[in-house]
Amino acid sequence: MKEITLGQYYQTDSVLHRLDPRVKLVGTLCYIISLFIVNSWPGYVAVGLFLAVMIVLSRVPFSYIVRGMKAIAFILAVTVIFNLFMTPGEPLVSIWKLTVTREGLSFAIKMAVRLVFLIIGSSLMTLTTTPTQLTDALENLMGPLKKLHVPVHEISMMMSIALRFIPILMEETDKIEKAQMARGADFESKSIIQRVKSMVPILVPLFISAFRRANDLAMAMEARCYHGGEGRTRMKPLVYERRDFIAYVILAVFFGLCIAMRLLNL
Amino acid sequence: MIQIRNLIHDYLRRDEEGNVEGSQRAVDHVDLDVHAGEFIAILGHNGSGKSTLAKHINALLYPTEGTVTVDGMDTTDDQYLWKIRQEAGMVFQNPDNQIIGQVVEEDVGFGPENMGVPTEEIWERVNESLRIVQIEHLRKKSPNRLSGGQKQRVSIAGVIAMHPKCIIMDEPTAMLDPSGRKEVIRAARALNAVEGITVILITHYMEEAIYADRVFVMDQGKIAMQGTPREVFSDVERMKKLRLDVPQVTLLADALRQKGLDLPAGILTADELADALGLKPQNKPRKTESTDQKDTI
Amino acid sequence: MIEVKDACYTYEAGTAMAVNAIDHITTTIPDGQFIGLIGHTGSGKSTFVQLLNGLIKCSSGQVLYNGEDINADGYDRRNLRSHVGLVFQYPEHQLFETDILTDVMFGPKNQGLSEEECRERAKEALLSVGFSERHFSQSPFDLSGGQKRRAAIAGVLAMRPDVLILDEPTAGLDPKGRDNILEMISELNRTHDITILLVSHSMEDVARYVERIMVMDSGHFILDGAPAEVFAQAEKLEEVGLAAPQITYIMRKLKARGLNIQTDALTYEEAAEEILKHRSELEALRTQE
Repeated sequence: MKEITLGQYYQTDSVLHRLDPRVKLVGTLCYIISLFIVNSWPGYVAVGLFLAVMIVLSRVPFSYIVRGMKAIAFILAVTVIFNLFMTPGEPLVSIWKLTVTREGLSFAIKMAVRLVFLIIGSSLMTLTTTPTQLTDALENLMGPLKKLHVPVHEISMMMSIALRFIPILMEETDKIEKAQMARGADFESKSIIQRVKSMVPILVPLFISAFRRANDLAMAMEARCYHGGEGRTRMKPLVYERRDFIAYVILAVFFGLCIAMRLLNL
Repeated sequence: MIQIRNLIHDYLRRDEEGNVEGSQRAVDHVDLDVHAGEFIAILGHNGSGKSTLAKHINALLYPTEGTVTVDGMDTTDDQYLWKIRQEAGMVFQNPDNQIIGQVVEEDVGFGPENMGVPTEEIWERVNESLRIVQIEHLRKKSPNRLSGGQKQRVSIAGVIAMHPKCIIMDEPTAMLDPSGRKEVIRAARALNAVEGITVILITHYMEEAIYADRVFVMDQGKIAMQGTPREVFSDVERMKKLRLDVPQVTLLADALRQKGLDLPAGILTADELADALGLKPQNKPRKTESTDQKDTI
Repeated sequence: MIEVKDACYTYEAGTAMAVNAIDHITTTIPDGQFIGLIGHTGSGKSTFVQLLNGLIKCSSGQVLYNGEDINADGYDRRNLRSHVGLVFQYPEHQLFETDILTDVMFGPKNQGLSEEECRERAKEALLSVGFSERHFSQSPFDLSGGQKRRAAIAGVLAMRPDVLILDEPTAGLDPKGRDNILEMISELNRTHDITILLVSHSMEDVARYVERIMVMDSGHFILDGAPAEVFAQAEKLEEVGLAAPQITYIMRKLKARGLNIQTDALTYEEAAEEILKHRSELEALRTQE
């Protein structure tokens, strides 16, 4: 669990890091949509080029990004294998009862490329944006939803609190697990039922602790005059700068290009 | 600054349907006045009602009977709620459960943000607060990477940034190691002495109460003892009965007095004991330098 | 008996962030001793105690329990943990059952004992930490802080360990709760002959009870001996951010002021006794005036 580097903020100074988080959020969304719009090889090359430029601009070492990909290698492999063997069509090779078809091969590769692009692209956003910036951007972009009585501020506050407490609770889980092991608990048992049962002595204290923390935190927030989003000012308000508008233009061009490619069947 | 008159607080126990089953008296007829600029310590055991009392000053709890006023504002009056919480800031026991921001400086800015302070002024306040508790070098760090003492100083900075007149610290050192405890107490004392902020320190470590202008000892919801630290600690018998700590030197002086040595009550330092025993300060240079810094408890 | 031979433990081994939490430690913990392990936060004391019951494995060196290497292949470390009991910091956070008796039975159950035997042991453990029968069916969450902690300690005691390690058992307790716990631990050592290793950062806490003090700093022991021996080296303690008990400094001050006393008293009672030996000297001083 601790080795997940996929998309964890990478501290450095780059154009991408300095970009307004709203631009990055919108950009990532456009990028993901464009991944599903294009369905031809030239299209993939275009998206790939775009991604490559972004990676270079982000100044995050490519090896660091690839290392993060290890976590999803398994999912990737399963997807590829399924598509490879399960797609009906013109047979290419037959191994035992499984047949690889031409359509299957092409589909599997496209699928793999899409998945890899998808994950690298979205992790690039979290690599260059702190969680705080991200929640701020989300709150700001979802602002119009307030009119529909969506508790936008509350959602983003919950997200940032969750992000703050995940490491604390992880550490706590580790501590409780060790404490129960010191009381002879066995977490290495084979059968699933046994294993689920053995989680109770960890989960119950963990929940209790989480509730206690929530209670404390609520009180501490109230004591510091927290009373919802109304009348709140920001220490770090989001302000668009020139580079952000330029980024939006580039993004629009890229997105338009992808749509054009699809329409023209390129 | 703070006036507490005949305060009673009952915790209600409710059954599953929310009906009142019974009540427990946590604070029992307490009168307390705190003047602006004072350093007050409230000593007492867990369950003596000291935390309950503290939460009244910040309007986190309301009196069952009696009144609490902060700077002339009644805490039960809703129109003053946020003003009171801004003027009487609060620091809690668990350092992990009161930091909201993911970066130190953002956490310090949380209070002013809630108060609607303009952005530029938030930055000024944050810089100033970080400087006062001397953690400017930690401003960009994640709270998870700090020591307990540092975390508590972040919390104190978070309160200072709200420009309070008074800070209530509810056992801020209970979960810290000795060096963390020193850090926090040093910060609290500096706050009081340099910034002139009224400090109410709730603790069960007597060595932290030594620095206070006045000490209140709570027991079973009542104020059992009050006075200057010297007055309170000189009553060794009473303190022992309440099972609270007394400085070792005070205990030693007390033991010697009982064995017939003629010593005054209320000895708080080793030097005072030596003087009382009639031992003259030695003129020759001392070999044991280090004893000097440590013996003031 | 626990023997530690040239043990090391490294966090994040092999990375740039590698930290030697335990740095070539060799020591012996004989049966029946009451030891205080002192060090400030980050000195490696919590890591050290986890090595002793096999929760973590030393990177190099050996830990022997009754002569057997606990990290050898095939050694039953789960069984070891019932002989070398470890009570973590804030142990009340591990309580999870609806009543304290059942919670305390968790350890014996893991040892594979019969329900009856588990119940017996749990009752015995709870009684020995100062609970009475009427508490047994109480929810752990209705207890006070000090009580919860005692219940959690009972949870380890119920496994009938020969060695009991407690990691800062008094942290966060008020003076009354602290004294109760320390008295109780001392009682366990005296009457049940359990070896105790008490981890603490307070000299005052341990001075009164233990027979041996080990002082840890940056992963190794800098002092190890009887309390009076250790406190005699107050300067060395200060170097690593610790201090001798207040009483040591008081006695030193009196000596520096010309009273010819021994400065090795551990408690204020002993100090008073020592000073009273020089009563005539003191009275002579007064009449001079």
